[in-house]
Amino acid sequence: MRIIVTIKQVPDTTNVKIDPRTGTLIREGVPSIINPEDKNALEAALQLRERYGGEVIAISMGPPQAEDAMREALAIGADQAVLLTDRALAGADTWATAYTLGMAIKKIGNYDLILAGRQAIDGDTAQVGPQLAEFLDLPQVTYVRELDVIDGKKVVAKRTLEDGFEEIEAPLPALLTITKEANKPRYPHAAAIMNAYRQQTVTTWKAEDLEADPQSIGLEGSPTQVKRSFSPEPRGAGEVLTGPPSEQVKSLVSRLRAKNIV
Amino acid sequence: MDFSFPKEYELFRRMVREFARNEVAPIAAEIDREERVPMETIKKAAKLGLMGVPFPQKYGGAGAGEIGYCIFMEEINRVCGSTATIIGAHTGIGAMAIYLDGTEEQKQKYLVPLAKGEKIAAFALTEPNAGSDAAAIQTRAVRDGDYFVLNGSKLWITNGDIADVITVFAVTDPALGARGGVTAFIVEKEFPGFKVGTKETKMGIRGSSTCELFFDDCRVPKENVLGQFGAGFITALKTLDIGRAGLGAGCLGGSQAALEMSVDFAKSRRQFGAPIAQKQAIQWMIADMATEIEALRSLVYRTAWLIDTGQRHSREAAMCKLFGSEVLHRCVNRCMQIHGGMGYMKKYPVERMYRDARITEIFEGTNEVQRLVIATDIFRQAGLRIT
Repeated sequence: MRIIVTIKQVPDTTNVKIDPRTGTLIREGVPSIINPEDKNALEAALQLRERYGGEVIAISMGPPQAEDAMREALAIGADQAVLLTDRALAGADTWATAYTLGMAIKKIGNYDLILAGRQAIDGDTAQVGPQLAEFLDLPQVTYVRELDVIDGKKVVAKRTLEDGFEEIEAPLPALLTITKEANKPRYPHAAAIMNAYRQQTVTTWKAEDLEADPQSIGLEGSPTQVKRSFSPEPRGAGEVLTGPPSEQVKSLVSRLRAKNIV
Repeated sequence: MDFSFPKEYELFRRMVREFARNEVAPIAAEIDREERVPMETIKKAAKLGLMGVPFPQKYGGAGAGEIGYCIFMEEINRVCGSTATIIGAHTGIGAMAIYLDGTEEQKQKYLVPLAKGEKIAAFALTEPNAGSDAAAIQTRAVRDGDYFVLNGSKLWITNGDIADVITVFAVTDPALGARGGVTAFIVEKEFPGFKVGTKETKMGIRGSSTCELFFDDCRVPKENVLGQFGAGFITALKTLDIGRAGLGAGCLGGSQAALEMSVDFAKSRRQFGAPIAQKQAIQWMIADMATEIEALRSLVYRTAWLIDTGQRHSREAAMCKLFGSEVLHRCVNRCMQIHGGMGYMKKYPVERMYRDARITEIFEGTNEVQRLVIATDIFRQAGLRIT
């Protein structure tokens, strides 16, 4: 099986703090990590390789420093890593990103499955996976928490919905987006970490290597642009339940049910 | 000059930090309370190559050298002194002795499974009458055909009751004493005549085991002589030397944890209408902690670099142990003071860090011995031999 895993290097937003003087995010010292759900995607790919054999190729679009994310993917177990890095690719929104990744995946070719994380913790759009599937004209299954490949020809996946699950079958090649419930990503082995930097190589491609249309990549190729980022205002004081505890509990449970939380 | 770590070490540090946070920290309080060695953690660490971090990959290690080992010890000791002690004794001195002075056969037979964490190592030098005066060891090894017969006992040996392979130092010629009369042996726990004695109850690092070992006509094959016959003391000192850098790194991790906990607590604890961080008394304690930690960090990693580049490092390694343990002492002390009453209560980790810290000034060569090592080296360089 030939499995491609798309990976994004993101700032570790879980540990970000606000500068008390300016009210904005403190970016210095914030480490760059592989987007958490992309690690779940990589783990799913490695588990399939363990079961059915084959190879796992990690691919990412990003600035030069994203090479570290590719090295980490190799250390975790990917067989190959490809980094798409070029000034011309910068400023891309999810549409241009999906186009770029798509062109690279076409160049890699001959794949059975593409696995992507559901969404990135910085952009939070969850758009690249589905857009990439459309660009490559592949069946897509999103929000996957369980998957298996049958006879090397089709994938069976369990999707998470707001109020339940769906089981979907799709022929290969297909694209799946993976959620954090799918698995517990493995740690890279200490020796593999040393080797990922000292012995293995990351293949680097520029825009021209992809034969990409210059008007479809980077800022030029982005139909959307980020106008402003801000923290939302709190929406109000919330509701305070009153009455004896047993009544409050009944009220709380019925509200949670109404919102499909329980 | 480039003071940054090569990228593989930064990724390695992140991996160990995550491992420490997810696998080691959650049970740190429990293993201290129950005096239980966390074998499950050892298994997990072994699977990730963390039981043989400094050893070359051809011997089953991670190939990360002393720099990698110091990073590992720093990150583990940030969350659990007991776990750091177990793996430190195994990798830093137990297996290290075999790496430094073993024959190729011995390395294949013993170092490889130790580096992979398939077996556990211990280092047995100390005896009831030989602590700082290590030369006064009395465990005797007498040649008998193809074997050596060991008789005697060892005291306060970390991993004593879980070790499969123990590096044991015994007297082979009482007349020569330390200079030519001590030999190192690789003892397998299955050898006849080897027995584990009492497991001690300790003030701190209670999740590690510290045991008496007895050798009662223990038969050791002659192939298991480690290093040069009669030069066992040199093997011991060489091993302890390198072990000191890792210990300093562990103290660095514990100190760093104490600092971060203190900063967090000072931000949130409010007295007199404001966080106590607004008080100079607290600020000065934090500044002092951070300054010593910064100095210790440079000392530890420069020493690791000296070791990895094959340079002389005895003096600096002794400094790592000496300075590291004393910085740790001051940091956990300030941390407890900043936390006030909360620091004293068992429901918070501060008191465990305080108890775990104290042994670092005592074991692996007391700080008094470290001072002797440093001064002796300085005067040697100045042309005077200290006797």
